[in-house]
Amino acid sequence: MVMLRTLNSPRIVGGFLILLTFIVMGAVLPWFAPADPRAWQSYPRNLQPSVQHLMGTTNLGQDIFWLLSWAIGNSLLLGAIVAFFSTLIGVIAGLIAGFKGGFVDRVLSFLMDATIAIPSLPILILMASILKGKATLFSISLILIAFNWPFPGRQVRSVALSMRNREFVYLAWFSGESFKNILLSQIFPYLRTWSTANFINTVLVGIAVESSLAVIGLSSADEATLGTMIYWAIKYQAILSERWWWIGPPVVAIILLFVGLFLLASGLERRSQKARGR
Amino acid sequence: MANYLISRLLAYVGVILFGITFIFFLPRFLPSDPVEAMLGKILSQGQYMEESQVNALRLSLTDAFGLKGSLFEQYGRFVKRVLITGDFGPSLAMYPTSVSELIHNSLPWTFGLLLSAVLISWVFGNALGLVVGTRPHWRISRLLEGIAIFVYPIPYYVLGLVLSIFFCYIWPIFPLTTTVQGVPWTWSFVVSVAYNSFLPAMSIVLVSFGWWLLSMRALSSGVMEEDFVNYGRLKGLTEGRLLLTYVLRNALLPQVTFLALQLGLMFNGSIICEILFSYPGVGSLIYTAVIQGDYNLLMGTVATSIIAVATATLLVDLIYPLIDPRIRYQ
Amino acid sequence: MIHLNNVRAGYSTADGFVAAVDGVSLQVEDNEILGVAGESGCGKSTLLKVLYGHFGGSLSLASGSVHAEFYDAESGETVTHEGHQLHKLWWRKLSYIPQGSMSVMNPVARIEAQLIEALPPAILQRGGNSVLEEIKSFLSELNLPVSVLKAYPHQLSGGMRQRVMIAMACFFYPSLVLADEPTTALDVVVQKNILLLLKTIQRRQKNALVIVSHDLGVHYQVTDRIAIAYAGKIVEIGPTREVFANPLHPYTRALIESLPRLGERSLRRGIEGRPPDLASPPTGCRFAQRCSKSEDICRQISPELIDRTQKHAVACHFS
Repeated sequence: MVMLRTLNSPRIVGGFLILLTFIVMGAVLPWFAPADPRAWQSYPRNLQPSVQHLMGTTNLGQDIFWLLSWAIGNSLLLGAIVAFFSTLIGVIAGLIAGFKGGFVDRVLSFLMDATIAIPSLPILILMASILKGKATLFSISLILIAFNWPFPGRQVRSVALSMRNREFVYLAWFSGESFKNILLSQIFPYLRTWSTANFINTVLVGIAVESSLAVIGLSSADEATLGTMIYWAIKYQAILSERWWWIGPPVVAIILLFVGLFLLASGLERRSQKARGR
Repeated sequence: MANYLISRLLAYVGVILFGITFIFFLPRFLPSDPVEAMLGKILSQGQYMEESQVNALRLSLTDAFGLKGSLFEQYGRFVKRVLITGDFGPSLAMYPTSVSELIHNSLPWTFGLLLSAVLISWVFGNALGLVVGTRPHWRISRLLEGIAIFVYPIPYYVLGLVLSIFFCYIWPIFPLTTTVQGVPWTWSFVVSVAYNSFLPAMSIVLVSFGWWLLSMRALSSGVMEEDFVNYGRLKGLTEGRLLLTYVLRNALLPQVTFLALQLGLMFNGSIICEILFSYPGVGSLIYTAVIQGDYNLLMGTVATSIIAVATATLLVDLIYPLIDPRIRYQ
Repeated sequence: MIHLNNVRAGYSTADGFVAAVDGVSLQVEDNEILGVAGESGCGKSTLLKVLYGHFGGSLSLASGSVHAEFYDAESGETVTHEGHQLHKLWWRKLSYIPQGSMSVMNPVARIEAQLIEALPPAILQRGGNSVLEEIKSFLSELNLPVSVLKAYPHQLSGGMRQRVMIAMACFFYPSLVLADEPTTALDVVVQKNILLLLKTIQRRQKNALVIVSHDLGVHYQVTDRIAIAYAGKIVEIGPTREVFANPLHPYTRALIESLPRLGERSLRRGIEGRPPDLASPPTGCRFAQRCSKSEDICRQISPELIDRTQKHAVACHFS
């Protein structure tokens, strides 16, 4: 029944379909790839799209279609990892800050506000350039998580703060429920609807930042993500030589992925707002 | 009101100190050693040096990078450099020009770009957001909302890329790299600057515009539901007056707060766009520093970025009490 | 002078049309304070909106007519306006004091701006400075501090805000003022001040003031005439003193009996039961379910509002 109600929202349906397409492309298709798409000189260079190579080949002899599917998979994986851990850390920190209050709250709040206030990109560039060459998707993810956790952290903290004073929490408290039980039974259901939309948003942000770094050449040089694909395409003058089939797919893919994710996230958020009676 | 100001100022100082400390410790935690990296680069450029010369170079590099002495001494010197003297030493890529001179030359470009982009996107986004929020059934409202939803999630550089593809290659009416001609402050100079800045600015404007429109839409449709708007209507006020004095004036308040929060993100976006279009601002400078492994320049530009964004945020925070009487008069 | 003629007005909901005002005929005279009393949900706020001509949105006039006669100083004639046209006269000939002064004023505008912005052009033509002087003297005549003008709403106490709202509604000498629960959410001492203010202004301006309140004490202190509303209908109407001294309708009687009186120590009795659901009201008298005197005829035929004595009318088969 929940599913049927979901179908009412064009945003959720549209976003979900797009996301599904990407997940299929990124998680399922790579298993069918004939060879490691990252390997150079697998095929003749600079071929235009044809039946054998659906999107042509790059200047380095890679099949673009399979490379794209790998890149999508990696980007999605990176986004998911960043989203998962930063949401996890953020929720824990937010709950502690909101409920404990006092000094702990002030320290955590300051950390969160300061991390948000500082422009992240210059520092990320600094970090990535110091790591240059040795950067792996793993280390990039770590950095992204470090910068991202305050966003869910702040939201959860304000929810925890308002919850702390809500009557039904007092009721549970006074009737002897342990803190943990209160958390589980009262607060988590409230957070659940929020966190899905937030998770998707963070995936968006994670992919966006990683690809921003990649486009200026600061991401992992070995592994393929949507951002690094664009980087290599620019570096090898795909635009100047009008090889649209190289630069086009990753750009279009990113746009579609982002719009799709956003539609899904905002559709879910709207639904959770309606459920909360706004 | 005094409380508000003091807390904002404290936060400002705190954020800067936090940021400075962070970038101070950063290289010391990451595996690479900038001195050795720099040495490696110099040596690989073909010059042969004797052992003693290498050691001497190592020492002077250590000094230049501020890595001499105990950690505490280094930190003290670093903070003093950043906050007081503003001297980051010479740029290694463009020796012997000092880092602060390079930053000094590029800051106005970034400032101009960001200021105009922020102004245009904020003003138009809010104005149109007001229309969409208060007259949702108009056809143009739905159209604008659709555009905003499409543009808003796109990362800045993607839009920059798309714009550059369309307007520099397919339909080349704008230059791909920035070449400004003319003597400063003649009319032709101004036109040249505007012409070159157009695409980078548009990339930032279009994406941010989506955000402002969507948030203003939500805010203004929320304010429309408020009791005092209904009362205004009962007083016989015209819809136009209601929109301006009642809805807009109240919906703008959170928008100003959001502006403070968004400045950091827009700055990030401007960095990428500058790099894409070779725009001579701080962003390109950071990029140069990265490519050339110019440690001093990198530290200098990053530190400056932190201070610049924090200061801009503080300014916006200071403006807020001027428009919200509830903060001004407690 | 406003005439309501068998007005049926209400809201379209998912359950059908809910007539919050169902077959009400009423006349508001010049130079009087009319009170409308009743429980929550009896339709008195809707009645006020109908009097103000505040249709559109969800409220619509299903049947009956609303007419207002106002004296137009320019032409020297009395002009009749139909209910749906009344909005053109808002803050020209009639004004409204809404319920709850907490969030009813624009939080970012000063009081003087909010006062001036709605004034009719005829007054504004006299020039900004002279209007401001007039406002100041108006305020001081009513013992309101002039300093209030430069303040913002959040700086004023609840009582002061309500007084400002009253001043705003009465400054331009309206012919009709409608006040919706003017004293609710204020403490008792302030309540008395508010009521005194309203009465003073009315006596001075000699216009028509309609006060809606569930608090009978308010009506007793201030109103000249009182109308008792129940389940969308007026069940009794007459001069206030007389209705209190000699209530004809069982509901009115029960209401008055539930008021505490100085010196009496006996238990106050409330009225059992609840008002009927306006989405599907019962046939016959709507109070029949809760009435101790009800008989078969009450459940079949709805009683008309009929004059029993001079100007004192009641809708009951048994009085």
